[in-house]
Amino acid sequence: MSYKSFERKLAVVLCTLMLVFSCKFTWAAAEETEEFDAGPFIIEHVIDSYGWHICGDGDKSVTIPLPIILFDGGHPVVFMSSKLHHGEAAYNGYAMGWGDNQGSIVKLDGDYADYTGHLEEGQEYDAHVCKWDISITKNVCALFISLILISCIFLSVAKRYKEHPDEVPSGLQALLEPVIVFIQDEVITPSLGCKSNKYAPYLLTLFFFIFLNNMLGIVPIFPGGANLTGNIAVTGILALITFVVTTLSSGKEYWKDIFNTPGVPWWLKFPLPIMPLVETIGIFTKPFVLMVRLFANITAGHIITLAFVSLIFIFGQMNPAIGLAVSPVSIFFYIFMGLMELLVAFIQAFVFTLLSAMYIGMAIGEEELHEEEAAMVEA
Amino acid sequence: MELIKPSFGLIFWMLIGFGILFFILAKFAWPIITNGIAARNKKIADQLEEAAKIHEEMASLNKKHEEMMVQAKAERDALLSEARKVSDEMYEKAKLKASAETQAMIEDAKKSIYFEKMKAITDAKNAIANFSIDIAQKLIAEELTDREKQEKLVEKWMEDCHFN
Repeated sequence: MSYKSFERKLAVVLCTLMLVFSCKFTWAAAEETEEFDAGPFIIEHVIDSYGWHICGDGDKSVTIPLPIILFDGGHPVVFMSSKLHHGEAAYNGYAMGWGDNQGSIVKLDGDYADYTGHLEEGQEYDAHVCKWDISITKNVCALFISLILISCIFLSVAKRYKEHPDEVPSGLQALLEPVIVFIQDEVITPSLGCKSNKYAPYLLTLFFFIFLNNMLGIVPIFPGGANLTGNIAVTGILALITFVVTTLSSGKEYWKDIFNTPGVPWWLKFPLPIMPLVETIGIFTKPFVLMVRLFANITAGHIITLAFVSLIFIFGQMNPAIGLAVSPVSIFFYIFMGLMELLVAFIQAFVFTLLSAMYIGMAIGEEELHEEEAAMVEA
Repeated sequence: MELIKPSFGLIFWMLIGFGILFFILAKFAWPIITNGIAARNKKIADQLEEAAKIHEEMASLNKKHEEMMVQAKAERDALLSEARKVSDEMYEKAKLKASAETQAMIEDAKKSIYFEKMKAITDAKNAIANFSIDIAQKLIAEELTDREKQEKLVEKWMEDCHFN
Protein backbone atom coordinates (compact mmCIF):
# COMPACT_ATOMS: atom_id res chain seq x y z
CA MET A 1 0.00 0.00 0.00
CA SER A 2 1.58 3.22 -1.09
CA TYR A 3 1.84 6.16 1.24
CA LYS A 4 -0.62 8.22 -0.77
CA SER A 5 -3.39 5.65 -0.78
CA PHE A 6 -2.80 5.08 2.93
CA GLU A 7 -3.10 8.79 3.49
CA ARG A 8 -6.38 8.88 1.55
CA LYS A 9 -7.83 5.96 3.50
CA LEU A 10 -6.79 7.52 6.79
CA ALA A 11 -8.50 10.77 5.81
CA VAL A 12 -11.70 8.91 4.91
CA VAL A 13 -11.67 6.97 8.20
CA LEU A 14 -11.06 10.13 10.21
CA CYS A 15 -13.82 12.04 8.45
CA THR A 16 -16.27 9.17 8.98
CA LEU A 17 -15.34 8.97 12.64
CA MET A 18 -15.77 12.70 12.95
CA LEU A 19 -19.19 12.53 11.33
CA VAL A 20 -20.29 9.62 13.54
CA PHE A 21 -19.11 11.37 16.68
CA SER A 22 -20.64 14.67 15.73
CA CYS A 23 -23.96 12.85 15.10
CA LYS A 24 -23.73 11.08 18.41
CA PHE A 25 -22.95 14.22 20.35
CA THR A 26 -25.51 16.24 18.51
CA TRP A 27 -28.15 13.69 19.46
CA ALA A 28 -26.82 13.60 22.98
CA ALA A 29 -27.06 17.35 23.12
CA ALA A 30 -30.57 17.22 21.76
CA GLU A 31 -31.64 14.69 24.38
CA GLU A 32 -30.09 16.65 27.21
CA THR A 33 -32.81 18.09 29.33
CA GLU A 34 -30.65 20.68 30.98
CA GLU A 35 -30.09 23.64 28.74
CA PHE A 36 -26.53 23.98 27.47
CA ASP A 37 -24.83 27.12 28.69
CA ALA A 38 -21.74 27.89 26.65
CA GLY A 39 -20.24 30.50 29.03
CA PRO A 40 -19.62 28.36 32.12
CA PHE A 41 -18.71 25.41 29.86
CA ILE A 42 -15.92 27.43 28.24
CA ILE A 43 -14.68 29.02 31.45
CA GLU A 44 -14.64 25.62 33.15
CA HIS A 45 -12.28 24.36 30.45
CA VAL A 46 -10.00 27.38 30.58
CA ILE A 47 -9.53 27.77 34.33
CA ASP A 48 -7.68 25.62 36.82
CA SER A 49 -9.38 22.79 38.67
CA TYR A 50 -8.70 20.38 41.51
CA GLY A 51 -9.06 17.27 39.39
CA TRP A 52 -8.02 16.44 35.88
CA HIS A 53 -11.24 15.89 33.98
CA ILE A 54 -10.78 13.50 31.05
CA CYS A 55 -14.24 12.78 29.69
CA GLY A 56 -17.87 12.25 30.64
CA ASP A 57 -20.22 14.34 32.64
CA GLY A 58 -21.41 14.53 36.22
CA ASP A 59 -21.23 11.26 38.18
CA LYS A 60 -20.19 9.25 35.12
CA SER A 61 -17.21 11.48 34.39
CA VAL A 62 -13.67 10.15 34.32
CA THR A 63 -11.44 12.43 36.34
CA ILE A 64 -7.89 11.94 37.55
CA PRO A 65 -7.97 12.82 41.27
CA LEU A 66 -5.24 15.16 42.35
CA PRO A 67 -4.01 15.82 45.90
CA ILE A 68 -5.33 18.85 47.74
CA ILE A 69 -2.74 20.32 50.09
CA LEU A 70 -3.82 23.01 52.56
CA PHE A 71 -2.25 24.76 55.50
CA ASP A 72 -5.17 25.39 57.74
CA GLY A 73 -4.13 27.13 60.92
CA GLY A 74 -0.58 25.88 60.54
CA HIS A 75 -1.53 22.22 60.13
CA PRO A 76 -0.99 20.60 56.78
CA VAL A 77 -4.09 18.90 55.42
CA VAL A 78 -3.77 16.49 52.52
CA PHE A 79 -6.54 14.58 50.77
CA MET A 80 -7.51 13.59 47.25
CA SER A 81 -9.82 15.82 45.25
CA SER A 82 -12.08 12.85 44.47
CA LYS A 83 -13.33 13.05 48.09
CA LEU A 84 -15.15 16.26 47.22
CA HIS A 85 -17.17 14.70 44.37
CA HIS A 86 -16.90 17.74 42.12
CA GLY A 87 -18.10 20.03 44.84
CA GLU A 88 -21.10 17.97 45.82
CA ALA A 89 -19.58 16.68 49.04
CA ALA A 90 -17.51 17.91 51.96
CA TYR A 91 -14.56 16.11 53.51
CA ASN A 92 -13.64 16.84 57.13
CA GLY A 93 -15.32 20.18 56.70
CA TYR A 94 -13.51 21.07 53.50
CA ALA A 95 -15.50 21.69 50.35
CA MET A 96 -15.28 23.37 46.99
CA GLY A 97 -16.09 27.03 47.14
CA TRP A 98 -19.22 28.50 45.62
CA GLY A 99 -20.41 32.00 44.80
CA ASP A 100 -17.62 34.47 45.44
CA ASN A 101 -15.32 31.67 46.54
CA GLN A 102 -15.77 29.64 43.35
CA GLY A 103 -12.60 27.82 42.46
CA SER A 104 -11.11 27.75 45.96
CA ILE A 105 -11.30 25.27 48.79
CA VAL A 106 -13.41 26.50 51.70
CA LYS A 107 -13.61 25.37 55.29
CA LEU A 108 -17.13 25.06 56.58
CA ASP A 109 -17.83 26.91 59.81
CA GLY A 110 -20.06 26.16 62.73
CA ASP A 111 -21.79 22.80 62.96
CA TYR A 112 -20.26 21.51 59.76
CA ALA A 113 -16.63 22.16 60.76
CA ASP A 114 -15.74 18.44 60.60
CA TYR A 115 -18.56 17.35 58.33
CA THR A 116 -17.93 14.59 55.79
CA GLY A 117 -20.66 13.80 53.35
CA HIS A 118 -23.06 15.13 50.79
CA LEU A 119 -23.86 18.80 50.70
CA GLU A 120 -27.52 19.56 50.26
CA GLU A 121 -28.41 21.95 47.50
CA GLY A 122 -30.25 25.04 48.64
CA GLN A 123 -28.99 24.78 52.20
CA GLU A 124 -26.98 27.69 53.59
CA TYR A 125 -23.49 26.86 54.79
CA ASP A 126 -21.13 29.31 56.46
CA ALA A 127 -17.61 28.98 55.14
CA HIS A 128 -14.29 30.76 54.85
CA VAL A 129 -11.66 30.37 52.17
CA CYS A 130 -8.51 28.45 52.97
CA LYS A 131 -5.81 30.95 52.09
CA TRP A 132 -2.72 28.75 52.17
CA ASP A 133 -3.69 26.34 49.46
CA ILE A 134 -0.82 24.68 47.63
CA SER A 135 -2.85 21.88 46.10
CA ILE A 136 -1.54 19.99 43.12
CA THR A 137 -4.21 21.30 40.79
CA LYS A 138 -4.59 20.47 37.14
CA ASN A 139 -2.27 23.32 36.16
CA VAL A 140 0.32 22.43 38.80
CA CYS A 141 0.23 18.86 37.54
CA ALA A 142 0.63 20.10 33.96
CA LEU A 143 3.48 22.29 35.17
CA PHE A 144 5.26 19.26 36.64
CA ILE A 145 4.68 17.24 33.47
CA SER A 146 6.08 20.02 31.34
CA LEU A 147 9.06 20.48 33.67
CA ILE A 148 9.90 16.80 33.43
CA LEU A 149 9.40 16.87 29.68
CA ILE A 150 11.60 19.95 29.15
CA SER A 151 14.30 18.63 31.46
CA CYS A 152 14.33 15.26 29.71
CA ILE A 153 14.41 16.84 26.26
CA PHE A 154 17.22 19.26 26.94
CA LEU A 155 19.29 16.99 29.12
CA SER A 156 19.20 14.37 26.37
CA VAL A 157 20.12 17.00 23.81
CA ALA A 158 22.96 18.22 26.03
CA LYS A 159 24.12 14.63 26.46
CA ARG A 160 24.28 14.25 22.72
CA TYR A 161 26.43 17.41 22.45
CA LYS A 162 28.70 16.10 25.17
CA GLU A 163 29.09 12.60 23.78
CA HIS A 164 29.22 13.45 20.10
CA PRO A 165 30.85 16.84 19.84
CA ASP A 166 31.43 18.30 16.39
CA GLU A 167 29.13 15.82 14.77
CA VAL A 168 26.19 16.34 12.46
CA PRO A 169 23.12 16.89 14.68
CA SER A 170 20.55 14.12 14.65
CA GLY A 171 17.13 13.42 16.06
CA LEU A 172 15.89 15.72 18.79
CA GLN A 173 19.13 17.69 18.61
CA ALA A 174 18.61 18.38 14.91
CA LEU A 175 15.04 19.49 15.64
CA LEU A 176 15.94 21.85 18.47
CA GLU A 177 19.28 23.22 17.39
CA PRO A 178 17.84 25.54 14.72
CA VAL A 179 15.35 26.88 17.28
CA ILE A 180 18.05 27.41 19.91
CA VAL A 181 20.31 29.09 17.35
CA PHE A 182 17.38 31.20 16.12
CA ILE A 183 16.61 32.43 19.65
CA GLN A 184 20.28 33.07 20.32
CA ASP A 185 20.99 34.88 17.06
CA GLU A 186 17.72 36.74 16.53
CA VAL A 187 16.59 37.49 20.07
CA ILE A 188 19.37 37.31 22.63
CA THR A 189 22.44 38.60 20.79
CA PRO A 190 20.79 41.63 19.13
CA SER A 191 19.32 42.77 22.47
CA LEU A 192 22.11 41.90 24.84
CA GLY A 193 25.28 42.09 22.79
CA CYS A 194 28.26 40.90 24.76
CA LYS A 195 26.17 40.11 27.84
CA SER A 196 24.32 37.41 25.90
CA ASN A 197 26.04 34.52 27.62
CA LYS A 198 24.97 35.74 31.04
CA TYR A 199 21.26 35.94 30.22
CA ALA A 200 20.97 33.24 27.55
CA PRO A 201 20.14 30.43 30.02
CA TYR A 202 17.21 32.37 31.48
CA LEU A 203 15.86 33.50 28.11
CA LEU A 204 16.21 30.07 26.51
CA THR A 205 14.51 28.43 29.48
CA LEU A 206 11.77 31.05 29.29
CA PHE A 207 11.22 30.51 25.57
CA PHE A 208 11.08 26.75 25.68
CA PHE A 209 8.95 26.73 28.84
CA ILE A 210 6.34 29.00 27.25
CA PHE A 211 6.52 27.32 23.86
CA LEU A 212 6.18 23.77 25.16
CA ASN A 213 3.34 24.68 27.50
CA ASN A 214 1.57 26.55 24.72
CA MET A 215 1.84 23.45 22.56
CA LEU A 216 0.71 21.15 25.37
CA GLY A 217 -2.24 23.47 25.95
CA ILE A 218 -3.46 22.84 22.41
CA VAL A 219 -3.44 19.06 22.85
CA PRO A 220 -6.97 18.28 24.03
CA ILE A 221 -6.30 15.07 26.00
CA PHE A 222 -4.53 14.11 29.20
CA PRO A 223 -0.85 15.04 29.18
CA GLY A 224 -1.88 18.27 27.50
CA GLY A 225 -5.06 20.22 27.75
CA ALA A 226 -4.26 22.27 30.82
CA ASN A 227 -4.32 25.96 30.09
CA LEU A 228 -1.04 26.63 31.88
CA THR A 229 0.33 29.55 29.87
CA GLY A 230 -3.21 30.94 29.72
CA ASN A 231 -3.23 31.21 33.49
CA ILE A 232 -2.58 34.63 34.93
CA ALA A 233 -0.56 33.28 37.86
CA VAL A 234 1.88 31.51 35.55
CA THR A 235 2.33 34.41 33.15
CA GLY A 236 2.48 36.71 36.15
CA ILE A 237 5.37 34.77 37.68
CA LEU A 238 7.22 34.71 34.36
CA ALA A 239 6.73 38.46 34.00
CA LEU A 240 7.76 38.97 37.61
CA ILE A 241 11.00 37.05 37.05
CA THR A 242 11.72 39.18 33.98
CA PHE A 243 10.96 42.29 36.05
CA VAL A 244 13.32 41.18 38.83
CA VAL A 245 16.07 40.30 36.37
CA THR A 246 15.59 43.63 34.57
CA THR A 247 15.75 45.63 37.79
CA LEU A 248 18.73 43.73 39.15
CA SER A 249 20.74 44.18 35.97
CA SER A 250 19.84 47.86 35.54
CA GLY A 251 22.66 50.31 35.11
CA LYS A 252 23.03 53.99 35.92
CA GLU A 253 21.68 55.03 32.50
CA TYR A 254 18.41 53.22 33.08
CA TRP A 255 17.56 55.14 36.24
CA LYS A 256 18.80 58.39 34.76
CA ASP A 257 16.47 57.89 31.80
CA ILE A 258 13.61 57.37 34.20
CA PHE A 259 14.14 60.26 36.63
CA ASN A 260 15.73 62.72 34.23
CA THR A 261 14.53 61.68 30.82
CA PRO A 262 16.79 63.20 28.17
CA GLY A 263 15.30 64.95 25.15
CA VAL A 264 12.20 66.11 27.00
CA PRO A 265 11.35 69.81 27.70
CA TRP A 266 12.20 70.87 31.27
CA TRP A 267 8.63 71.86 32.14
CA LEU A 268 7.62 68.23 31.84
CA LYS A 269 10.01 67.43 34.67
CA PHE A 270 10.36 70.37 37.02
CA PRO A 271 7.32 71.73 38.83
CA LEU A 272 5.28 68.62 38.21
CA PRO A 273 7.40 65.50 37.60
CA ILE A 274 5.15 64.24 34.82
CA MET A 275 7.77 62.42 32.78
CA PRO A 276 9.46 60.73 35.76
CA LEU A 277 6.02 59.63 36.89
CA VAL A 278 5.17 58.21 33.47
CA GLU A 279 8.54 56.49 33.27
CA THR A 280 8.15 55.07 36.77
CA ILE A 281 4.77 53.66 35.85
CA GLY A 282 6.47 52.31 32.71
CA ILE A 283 8.78 50.17 34.84
CA PHE A 284 5.73 48.28 36.04
CA THR A 285 3.59 48.38 32.93
CA LYS A 286 6.21 46.52 30.90
CA PRO A 287 6.06 43.28 32.91
CA PHE A 288 2.33 43.78 33.42
CA VAL A 289 1.81 43.90 29.67
CA LEU A 290 4.01 40.83 29.26
CA MET A 291 1.80 39.01 31.73
CA VAL A 292 -1.47 40.09 30.13
CA ARG A 293 -0.35 39.54 26.54
CA LEU A 294 0.59 35.91 26.99
CA PHE A 295 -2.39 35.17 29.22
CA ALA A 296 -4.87 36.86 26.90
CA ASN A 297 -3.53 35.39 23.67
CA ILE A 298 -3.49 31.82 24.87
CA THR A 299 -6.77 32.02 26.76
CA ALA A 300 -8.50 33.78 23.87
CA GLY A 301 -7.38 31.05 21.50
CA HIS A 302 -8.79 28.38 23.78
CA ILE A 303 -12.02 30.31 24.29
CA ILE A 304 -12.56 30.65 20.54
CA THR A 305 -11.91 26.97 19.83
CA LEU A 306 -14.25 26.01 22.67
CA ALA A 307 -16.84 28.44 21.34
CA PHE A 308 -16.81 26.64 17.99
CA VAL A 309 -17.34 23.35 19.78
CA SER A 310 -20.14 24.91 21.84
CA LEU A 311 -21.87 26.03 18.65
CA ILE A 312 -22.61 22.39 17.82
CA PHE A 313 -24.33 21.89 21.17
CA ILE A 314 -26.21 25.17 21.05
CA PHE A 315 -27.62 24.46 17.57
CA GLY A 316 -28.08 20.78 18.39
CA GLN A 317 -30.33 21.69 21.26
CA MET A 318 -32.45 23.85 18.97
CA ASN A 319 -32.82 21.12 16.42
CA PRO A 320 -30.64 18.05 15.76
CA ALA A 321 -30.73 18.71 12.03
CA ILE A 322 -29.33 22.22 12.46
CA GLY A 323 -26.72 20.84 14.82
CA LEU A 324 -25.64 18.31 12.21
CA ALA A 325 -25.50 21.00 9.58
CA VAL A 326 -23.44 23.29 11.78
CA SER A 327 -21.00 20.64 13.02
CA PRO A 328 -18.85 20.36 9.86
CA VAL A 329 -18.51 24.12 9.73
CA SER A 330 -17.71 24.22 13.42
CA ILE A 331 -15.15 21.47 13.09
CA PHE A 332 -13.60 23.21 10.12
CA PHE A 333 -13.23 26.42 12.12
CA TYR A 334 -12.04 24.43 15.11
CA ILE A 335 -9.24 22.95 13.01
CA PHE A 336 -8.46 26.34 11.54
CA MET A 337 -8.23 27.83 15.03
CA GLY A 338 -6.07 24.92 16.10
CA LEU A 339 -3.63 25.76 13.33
CA MET A 340 -3.78 29.42 14.32
CA GLU A 341 -2.99 28.43 17.89
CA LEU A 342 0.06 26.52 16.69
CA LEU A 343 1.25 29.75 15.17
CA VAL A 344 0.31 31.77 18.24
CA ALA A 345 2.08 29.23 20.49
CA PHE A 346 5.35 30.03 18.78
CA ILE A 347 4.76 33.74 18.28
CA GLN A 348 3.80 34.39 21.91
CA ALA A 349 6.77 32.45 23.24
CA PHE A 350 8.98 34.37 20.83
CA VAL A 351 7.47 37.75 21.72
CA PHE A 352 7.71 37.15 25.46
CA THR A 353 11.36 36.15 25.13
CA LEU A 354 12.16 38.97 22.73
CA LEU A 355 10.59 41.63 24.95
CA SER A 356 12.25 40.20 28.06
CA ALA A 357 15.60 40.32 26.29
CA MET A 358 14.97 43.87 25.10
CA TYR A 359 13.91 45.08 28.57
CA ILE A 360 17.01 43.54 30.12
CA GLY A 361 19.16 45.03 27.35
CA MET A 362 17.62 48.47 27.92
CA ALA A 363 18.17 48.19 31.65
CA ILE A 364 21.83 47.31 31.26
CA GLY A 365 22.19 50.35 29.04
CA GLU A 366 23.20 50.37 25.43
CA GLU A 367 26.41 52.22 26.16
CA GLU A 368 27.71 49.57 28.46
CA LEU A 369 26.87 46.86 25.98
CA HIS A 370 28.61 48.72 23.20
CA GLU A 371 31.52 49.79 25.37
CA GLU A 372 32.30 46.24 26.26
CA GLU A 373 31.78 45.21 22.69
CA ALA A 374 34.23 47.86 21.54
CA ALA A 375 36.67 46.71 24.21
CA MET A 376 36.25 43.16 23.01
CA VAL A 377 36.87 44.20 19.43
CA GLU A 378 39.97 46.14 20.48
CA ALA A 379 41.25 43.21 22.49
CA MET B 1 -13.50 36.71 37.76
CA GLU B 2 -11.83 33.45 38.54
CA LEU B 3 -10.08 33.68 35.20
CA ILE B 4 -7.99 36.69 36.24
CA LYS B 5 -7.53 35.78 39.90
CA PRO B 6 -4.08 34.28 40.41
CA SER B 7 -4.18 31.40 42.84
CA PHE B 8 -1.63 31.15 45.60
CA GLY B 9 -0.91 27.48 45.00
CA LEU B 10 -0.01 27.94 41.36
CA ILE B 11 2.22 30.93 42.16
CA PHE B 12 3.97 28.87 44.81
CA TRP B 13 4.54 25.82 42.60
CA MET B 14 5.38 27.96 39.59
CA LEU B 15 8.14 29.76 41.48
CA ILE B 16 9.58 26.48 42.76
CA GLY B 17 9.08 24.60 39.51
CA PHE B 18 10.43 27.26 37.19
CA GLY B 19 13.30 27.84 39.59
CA ILE B 20 14.23 24.17 39.56
CA LEU B 21 13.85 23.99 35.78
CA PHE B 22 16.05 27.05 35.37
CA PHE B 23 18.64 25.63 37.74
CA ILE B 24 18.72 22.24 35.99
CA LEU B 25 18.87 23.66 32.48
CA ALA B 26 21.29 26.46 33.34
CA LYS B 27 23.59 23.99 35.04
CA PHE B 28 23.37 20.88 32.90
CA ALA B 29 21.90 21.80 29.54
CA TRP B 30 22.39 25.34 28.20
CA PRO B 31 26.14 25.74 28.74
CA ILE B 32 26.80 22.36 27.14
CA ILE B 33 24.45 23.03 24.23
CA THR B 34 25.53 26.61 23.50
CA ASN B 35 29.21 25.79 23.93
CA GLY B 36 28.76 22.71 21.77
CA ILE B 37 27.18 24.77 19.02
CA ALA B 38 29.80 27.51 19.35
CA ALA B 39 32.65 24.97 19.34
CA ARG B 40 31.29 23.28 16.26
CA ASN B 41 30.75 26.63 14.54
CA LYS B 42 34.32 27.57 15.37
CA LYS B 43 35.63 24.26 14.10
CA ILE B 44 33.72 24.60 10.85
CA ALA B 45 34.91 28.19 10.43
CA ASP B 46 38.50 27.15 11.17
CA GLN B 47 38.33 24.32 8.71
CA LEU B 48 36.87 26.57 6.06
CA GLU B 49 39.63 29.08 6.67
CA GLU B 50 42.21 26.32 6.51
CA ALA B 51 40.70 25.03 3.30
CA ALA B 52 40.86 28.54 1.85
CA LYS B 53 44.48 28.81 2.93
CA ILE B 54 45.32 25.46 1.39
CA HIS B 55 43.51 26.49 -1.76
CA GLU B 56 45.55 29.68 -1.88
CA GLU B 57 48.74 27.75 -1.28
CA MET B 58 47.81 25.33 -4.02
CA ALA B 59 47.16 28.22 -6.35
CA SER B 60 50.52 29.82 -5.56
CA LEU B 61 52.25 26.45 -5.95
CA ASN B 62 50.54 25.98 -9.24
CA LYS B 63 51.63 29.40 -10.32
CA LYS B 64 55.19 28.69 -9.26
CA HIS B 65 55.07 25.42 -11.08
CA GLU B 66 53.79 27.10 -14.21
CA GLU B 67 56.48 29.73 -13.94
CA MET B 68 59.07 27.02 -13.58
CA MET B 69 57.64 25.27 -16.61
CA VAL B 70 57.83 28.45 -18.63
CA GLN B 71 61.38 29.06 -17.45
CA ALA B 72 62.40 25.50 -18.24
CA LYS B 73 60.86 25.75 -21.64
CA ALA B 74 62.69 29.00 -22.31
CA GLU B 75 65.94 27.46 -21.09
CA ARG B 76 65.42 24.45 -23.27
CA ASP B 77 64.67 26.64 -26.25
CA ALA B 78 67.79 28.68 -25.58
CA LEU B 79 69.89 25.55 -25.26
CA LEU B 80 68.43 24.11 -28.41
CA SER B 81 68.95 27.25 -30.41
CA GLU B 82 72.52 27.55 -29.11
CA ALA B 83 73.18 23.95 -30.01
CA ARG B 84 71.74 24.51 -33.42
CA LYS B 85 73.88 27.59 -33.83
CA VAL B 86 76.98 25.70 -32.77
CA SER B 87 76.19 22.83 -35.06
CA ASP B 88 75.48 25.23 -37.88
CA GLU B 89 78.76 26.96 -37.25
CA MET B 90 80.58 23.68 -37.13
CA TYR B 91 78.89 22.61 -40.31
CA GLU B 92 79.78 25.85 -41.98
CA LYS B 93 83.37 25.61 -40.79
CA ALA B 94 83.60 22.02 -41.87
CA LYS B 95 82.10 22.94 -45.18
CA LEU B 96 84.57 25.77 -45.63
CA LYS B 97 87.44 23.61 -44.56
CA ALA B 98 86.37 20.81 -46.83
CA SER B 99 86.00 23.12 -49.80
CA ALA B 100 89.37 24.65 -49.10
CA GLU B 101 90.90 21.23 -48.89
CA THR B 102 89.23 20.16 -52.06
CA GLN B 103 90.40 23.32 -53.71
CA ALA B 104 93.92 22.64 -52.53
CA MET B 105 93.68 19.08 -53.68
CA ILE B 106 92.36 20.26 -57.01
CA GLU B 107 95.20 22.73 -57.23
CA ASP B 108 97.68 20.03 -56.35
CA ALA B 109 96.11 17.73 -58.87
CA LYS B 110 96.16 20.47 -61.42
CA LYS B 111 99.79 21.20 -60.61
CA SER B 112 100.80 17.58 -60.77
CA ILE B 113 98.82 17.14 -63.93
CA TYR B 114 100.64 20.12 -65.35
CA PHE B 115 103.97 18.76 -64.26
CA GLU B 116 103.16 15.39 -65.62
CA LYS B 117 101.97 16.99 -68.80
CA MET B 118 105.10 19.08 -69.02
CA LYS B 119 107.18 16.08 -68.21
CA ALA B 120 105.37 14.07 -70.84
CA ILE B 121 105.74 16.84 -73.32
CA THR B 122 109.44 17.13 -72.52
CA ASP B 123 109.83 13.42 -72.73
CA ALA B 124 107.96 13.41 -75.98
CA LYS B 125 110.10 16.27 -77.20
CA ASN B 126 113.25 14.45 -76.18
CA ALA B 127 111.97 11.25 -77.70
CA ILE B 128 111.01 13.04 -80.85
CA ALA B 129 114.44 14.72 -80.88
CA ASN B 130 116.12 11.41 -80.36
CA PHE B 131 113.98 9.89 -83.05
CA SER B 132 114.76 12.75 -85.32
CA ILE B 133 118.46 12.42 -84.58
CA ASP B 134 118.26 8.71 -85.14
CA ILE B 135 116.35 9.24 -88.33
CA ALA B 136 118.76 11.97 -89.32
CA GLN B 137 121.65 9.73 -88.46
CA LYS B 138 120.16 6.93 -90.44
CA LEU B 139 119.39 9.28 -93.30
CA ILE B 140 122.79 10.81 -93.14
CA ALA B 141 124.31 7.45 -92.86
CA GLU B 142 122.33 6.36 -95.89
CA GLU B 143 123.24 9.53 -97.83
CA LEU B 144 126.86 9.26 -96.98
CA THR B 145 127.27 5.81 -98.30
CA ASP B 146 127.52 7.12 -101.81
CA ARG B 147 130.47 9.48 -102.71
CA GLU B 148 128.65 11.35 -105.28
CA LYS B 149 125.71 11.94 -103.14
CA GLN B 150 127.97 13.18 -100.35
CA GLU B 151 129.53 15.64 -102.55
CA LYS B 152 126.21 16.87 -103.83
CA LEU B 153 125.00 17.21 -100.40
CA VAL B 154 127.95 19.17 -99.30
CA GLU B 155 127.51 21.32 -102.28
CA LYS B 156 123.88 21.89 -101.42
CA TRP B 157 124.70 22.80 -97.82
CA MET B 158 127.38 25.05 -99.05
CA GLU B 159 124.93 26.73 -101.26
CA ASP B 160 122.53 27.15 -98.40
CA CYS B 161 125.01 28.56 -96.06
CA HIS B 162 125.98 31.87 -97.44
CA PHE B 163 128.80 33.40 -95.79
CA ASN B 164 127.93 36.87 -95.41
